[in-house]
Amino acid sequence: MPSGCFMLFLLESTADMPDITPSIIQHVASLAHIPLTPAEEKLFAQGFTTTMKVVDQLNSVDVQHIEPLHQVTGLWNVLRDDEVDASRMFTQEQVCMNAHQSHNGYIVVEQILDQK
Amino acid sequence: MGTLHTLTLAQTLHKLAEKEITLADLYRDIDTQVDVFNTKLNVYLTRNEQALSQAQERACLPLCGIPLAIKDNFLTKGIRTTASSKVLDTFIPPYESTVTSRLQQAGAVIYGKTNMDAWAHGSSTETSDYGPTKNPRNPEYLPGGSSGGSAAALAENMCIAAMGSETAGSIRQPSAWCGTVGLKPTYGRVSRAGVVAMGSSLDSPGPMGKTVEDTTILFDAIAGHDKYDGTTSTQHPPKLYNALKKGVRGMRIGIAYIDHADIKGTPAAHSIEQAAKVFESLGARVEHVPLSSTLKNNTMLTPDYAIGVYTVVQRGEVSSNLGRYDGIRYGNPRSCFGDEAKRRIMLGTFTLSKGYADKYYIKAQQVRNLYFKNYAQLFSSYDILISPTSPGFALKLGATKDNPMFGELEDMLVEPSSLSGLPGISVPCGHDSKTNLYLGLNIISSHWNEEKVTRAAYAFEQHTSWNSWIGDHT
Repeated sequence: MPSGCFMLFLLESTADMPDITPSIIQHVASLAHIPLTPAEEKLFAQGFTTTMKVVDQLNSVDVQHIEPLHQVTGLWNVLRDDEVDASRMFTQEQVCMNAHQSHNGYIVVEQILDQK
Repeated sequence: MGTLHTLTLAQTLHKLAEKEITLADLYRDIDTQVDVFNTKLNVYLTRNEQALSQAQERACLPLCGIPLAIKDNFLTKGIRTTASSKVLDTFIPPYESTVTSRLQQAGAVIYGKTNMDAWAHGSSTETSDYGPTKNPRNPEYLPGGSSGGSAAALAENMCIAAMGSETAGSIRQPSAWCGTVGLKPTYGRVSRAGVVAMGSSLDSPGPMGKTVEDTTILFDAIAGHDKYDGTTSTQHPPKLYNALKKGVRGMRIGIAYIDHADIKGTPAAHSIEQAAKVFESLGARVEHVPLSSTLKNNTMLTPDYAIGVYTVVQRGEVSSNLGRYDGIRYGNPRSCFGDEAKRRIMLGTFTLSKGYADKYYIKAQQVRNLYFKNYAQLFSSYDILISPTSPGFALKLGATKDNPMFGELEDMLVEPSSLSGLPGISVPCGHDSKTNLYLGLNIISSHWNEEKVTRAAYAFEQHTSWNSWIGDHT
């Protein structure tokens, strides 16, 4: 089966692999604002290790004097006119229609600052 | 029950124009087909209850009210759009994507929204929070993905034509696995405005159809500059439909990847060798492009590195794009992300974090440039390159379990061209009569050259019998 063959090939390289510890997973989850259970932390640590082994293949490629490529069609500094497009403005009702909670035309958000 | 649902888009438009059929009859047959198969195959997540009345209103427009299956990552005003994630379970968009807006202005109707891998993260449609779609050609197998619902809708004649989107393989791979046709336009040819963002430097919305001709009709309706997407080209797009029958005589064609150790000798490689003979018989000049592990003139850079490049670039862009889902302005809290989305967001966050960005992200973008340079050189010698779309036939339901790299492995033959922003198409080129599953021929060309891609695909389709709406290969 093709995918099995590829996986074997990809898992051969382990050089220069970062050690994916539960604390790295916890740190990344906190940065990404993803709540995880301890069981998920363990599961994702395993998945991370598998994936990073694949990524590690790139270390064997010689890219000296090669620029990173961020844009493929040569466009450069495309800007829109700095003007209000009234035809694309939402009504207050439209803005609130998908909000988890709204009140008097405002979106209700969680309190993030301590009360005095 | 009638059989109007089995018509191609071109046939439907012709029959409606000639008044041989009515929209009411067409929608009756599609509705019946969907009623029978949707529960079994899990293709549509949402159906548009107004479809027939909207079709009647648009009967005089060029697309005559034809029903389209739309991947559920296109925002559709007033019609629920989930991207197959429970985060957007109840989300009703307040505006329309440019693509679906142009299609409707041309007379098409959104029949329903199709299942996909959640957030388009995957190549199986098995990571959908609404359960997997099954491959209509054989329901024990995956349809591929992420546009698996749209490909399945076509394969089971649950629509007349469809829309998908591709980041790296998501139009072409499900088209290959379902025995349908999928056209991935050049990056920047079709607007991303109003499409749920995934990998923004890669995302390419595109048409999916029963035939090559059908995909060109939809392409001509959606392609071109959009002021709401700054990455769209201001070039005037060609009318692909008009150039379809120009043939391949004199075309220079390179065969790629079938000398890769894992492809050599497989049914996929064999089907490409047969396809090459078809092109030769039609007057094209065909030759093998040898594989290479380094960047060298007149060789094909191995696709092996593309998996690592894509993994880093796509996850990085995902972690940024999915940062907007805060559960406050719209959608449910971030705890509602499925495992695959969580995995990708976190991996992207990791590879872009302090101390790792140079090691991973910049390195990946440098290797991406190697592919770009490789294609630039090859397309000075060749008009098109052909290869298998996927390494093999569809895999069975459940194949993605415990395999975080499933998508990348199944898409590795199209990832280099996607990373370079090139146009490509997948057309059926093989069939296994035991399983009733299909193989796809991937045809790519240089930037903005969709015309060469569709001309070659049309010539192949017309001179072979792999397309189940045209030939009889059973």
